[in-house]
Amino acid sequence: MNKLDRRKFLSLAAATSTLAFAPRIAFAAAAETDRRFIFIIQRGAADGLEIAPPVGDPDYARIRPALAHDAADVIKLDATFGLHASLVETAQMYQAGEVLLAHAIASPYRDRSHFDGQNVMECGGTAPYSLRDGWMNRLAGLLPKTRTPPTAFAPTVPMALRGSQRVTSYAPSKLPGAKDDLLGRVALLYQYDPQLQSLWASALEARGLAGEDASDKASITIGKLAATFMKKADGPRLAMIETNGWDTHNQQKARSERLLSGLDAMLASLRDNLGPVWAQTTVLVATEFGRTAAANGTGGTDHGTASLALLAGGAVKGGRMIADWPGLAPKALYENRDLKPTNGLDALIAGAAAESFALDPVRVTATLFPDGLKTKPMSGLIRV
Amino acid sequence: MSFEPAIALNRFGLGARPDDKSPTDAQAWLRRQIDIYEPRPTLIAEQPDTATLATKLGAVRAPEDRKAEATLRRETYRNAVEARVLHAVATDTPFAERLVQFWANHFAISAEKGVVTAFVGSFEAEAIRPHVMGRFEDMLLAVEHHPAMIYFLDQTRSVGPGSESAVRRAQTKGKRDLGLNENLAREILELHTLGVRSGYTQADVTEFARALTGWSINVPGAGDYKTDVPPGGFIFRQNLHEPWPRTIMGRTYMQSGEMAATAVLRDLAVAPQTANHIATKLARHFAGDEPPQSLIDRLAAAFKSSKGDLPTLYRVLIDAPECWAARPVKFKTPYEWTISALRGTGRTTFQKFSATNFLRELGQPLWEPGSPAGWDDTAARWAAPDALLRRVEAAGRLERYFPNKLDPRELAPKLLARSLSDGTRMAIEGADTRITGMTLLLVSPEFQRR
Repeated sequence: MNKLDRRKFLSLAAATSTLAFAPRIAFAAAAETDRRFIFIIQRGAADGLEIAPPVGDPDYARIRPALAHDAADVIKLDATFGLHASLVETAQMYQAGEVLLAHAIASPYRDRSHFDGQNVMECGGTAPYSLRDGWMNRLAGLLPKTRTPPTAFAPTVPMALRGSQRVTSYAPSKLPGAKDDLLGRVALLYQYDPQLQSLWASALEARGLAGEDASDKASITIGKLAATFMKKADGPRLAMIETNGWDTHNQQKARSERLLSGLDAMLASLRDNLGPVWAQTTVLVATEFGRTAAANGTGGTDHGTASLALLAGGAVKGGRMIADWPGLAPKALYENRDLKPTNGLDALIAGAAAESFALDPVRVTATLFPDGLKTKPMSGLIRV
Repeated sequence: MSFEPAIALNRFGLGARPDDKSPTDAQAWLRRQIDIYEPRPTLIAEQPDTATLATKLGAVRAPEDRKAEATLRRETYRNAVEARVLHAVATDTPFAERLVQFWANHFAISAEKGVVTAFVGSFEAEAIRPHVMGRFEDMLLAVEHHPAMIYFLDQTRSVGPGSESAVRRAQTKGKRDLGLNENLAREILELHTLGVRSGYTQADVTEFARALTGWSINVPGAGDYKTDVPPGGFIFRQNLHEPWPRTIMGRTYMQSGEMAATAVLRDLAVAPQTANHIATKLARHFAGDEPPQSLIDRLAAAFKSSKGDLPTLYRVLIDAPECWAARPVKFKTPYEWTISALRGTGRTTFQKFSATNFLRELGQPLWEPGSPAGWDDTAARWAAPDALLRRVEAAGRLERYFPNKLDPRELAPKLLARSLSDGTRMAIEGADTRITGMTLLLVSPEFQRR
């Protein structure tokens, strides 16, 4: 297990970034790239404290007693962090040095609206609706064209992929995790309407939908679908997969097991089906913002600020956690409630994108995040 | 802000659109639709009429053409459904269009029956739409003369036992197998005019059936096809007609031939039971499943005093406080919900969206109620567990595969105005994706009702 001092790693990485990649810049745009970059978006605000619980943090069990995992029940990563027990395959990738975790990370967005937060994360702006196209589309503009353009494995093209570059979408029949979440939301919507509430309860019972678990199957299918396209020599170099249902205001324990088991299966499915191309692949998993450090009154958490992002793939310099861990002590929380952001998601994306395609990080940053970053793009993320 | 604009748009109309201006004078907005109503809107006028369809179908009557005929019927039906739905979504006179739907359902024919499949659209265009802002009597006469109704209720098979044809057949072949079919006569009395258990007897039904004998269709390719009548048009076959006189509901009709049944229909159209029947159905449609008797009485009185002038009845509805209750009074049928969802999300074209399939999946295939009684107009029929689940799934599908760019947080107050509840507003604001937010808006309690 990697025991690197995280603060030291960050400052070191920042200092060396520009120099290390300078010689490669000139060749980048002309050459066909074999690299693949996949963005799995977690819509709904995934809880970083659930994905990689800081079981070694003295305040963790205190602040969310109802939701906290015992150190024995998670997959141990280091003295502070574990991985959720559903992330079995992800943990294996981590051991194999193919998964990099970035905790206490957030986009520049600091309010708590899903729509606005996703807009900032996908457009790469610093405020909602400040940009009209998505950072992945602008990234596509820096890459040589392939026969199949950047592809969204989703019914429609998500904001991150929209813009002037040609992109496409390919819809799987089911979106992982969407069903459970929507059914729960509808139940809440009907809670004060006696007629609809009772009809809805009967409907779910009749169809045996309460507690249905189809997320793994759908996740495996979509992972395989994406891999099939991306491993082709003339296939897309950029892709996006949408996952929904991360907005766990209630029943977080049970829902997280399903959601993370689905994510785990999707990552494994990508790895297994990409075959040798996995070694050339970077998968980014990120969400619009995190959730409250404390549990709410309904067995869940509410909209928060910092969360966790991860990079997976054979190209990733993984097996480590990047975190300037702020802790969960009352004073350490953002606005007295949320995990405080100490890493910039934009800096992670800029670094991962630049290194994956051997592009100039300055140019990538200016293109993907035209409003500027607060810190330098991260570096040393990807094998070159 | 009052509830009236939202009620005018959603209860009287077919649902607000994102760009609809909230009517400042809701009643005036509704009254004006009576005046500017267009009986032949472009989308509907583009569909083939009965004569054209009868000619086309007449050309594929041979047994070996069966497949071609089935295809033609189905395609005609689909085109008519898409046109009807698209017109309902696009129309600027949604109250008038709601009345078209009301009357088409009152005089229901059902597409699953044989050749009717092809004629449901032309029936509505020719027998219903021209009379929606006219007199009930004229609509009744147009409906019962229309070949789609005559065929649907088996009138072509009805032969007077004392008619020329039946008598000759008995004399020459010794067979007495030709006789009455009471279907059309009974449904006219029970469903179209007087209403069930309103005082008529079996003897009245039989007498009316005798009066109706000879009402038939000019079928292209048939032995007695008349070139001076449009293909598929109404014809009267004297040789099938039971000779007069007829006594129905205590009144004796001395007219001969086609005019006998027409005279009966004219009387039925203005009968007090008919006034009550129509008044009750209209009140149920606009004031709730259990409509207040006060409103039924006023509507019935208006029907009688105006001799079935329909706009007079509509003005009673517009002026009736019973129709403007602040709480929703109706659970939307699948058709109403679909139209309001399509209007609410600003659709103007359908591209790959099939309204035909969508409505079928939701349990209300257009013009196919399966019975001459039409679709039930009460919540008990539609507010069912599985139906609700289907609506939720359909709303999600609609948004995923037929996307738009609207923000549900801004759209909800536009569509629902004052009826938007805090619970729904917060559910939409808390949605994790735009699609989820749109889905929640479309399945919210206030959007499922009107």
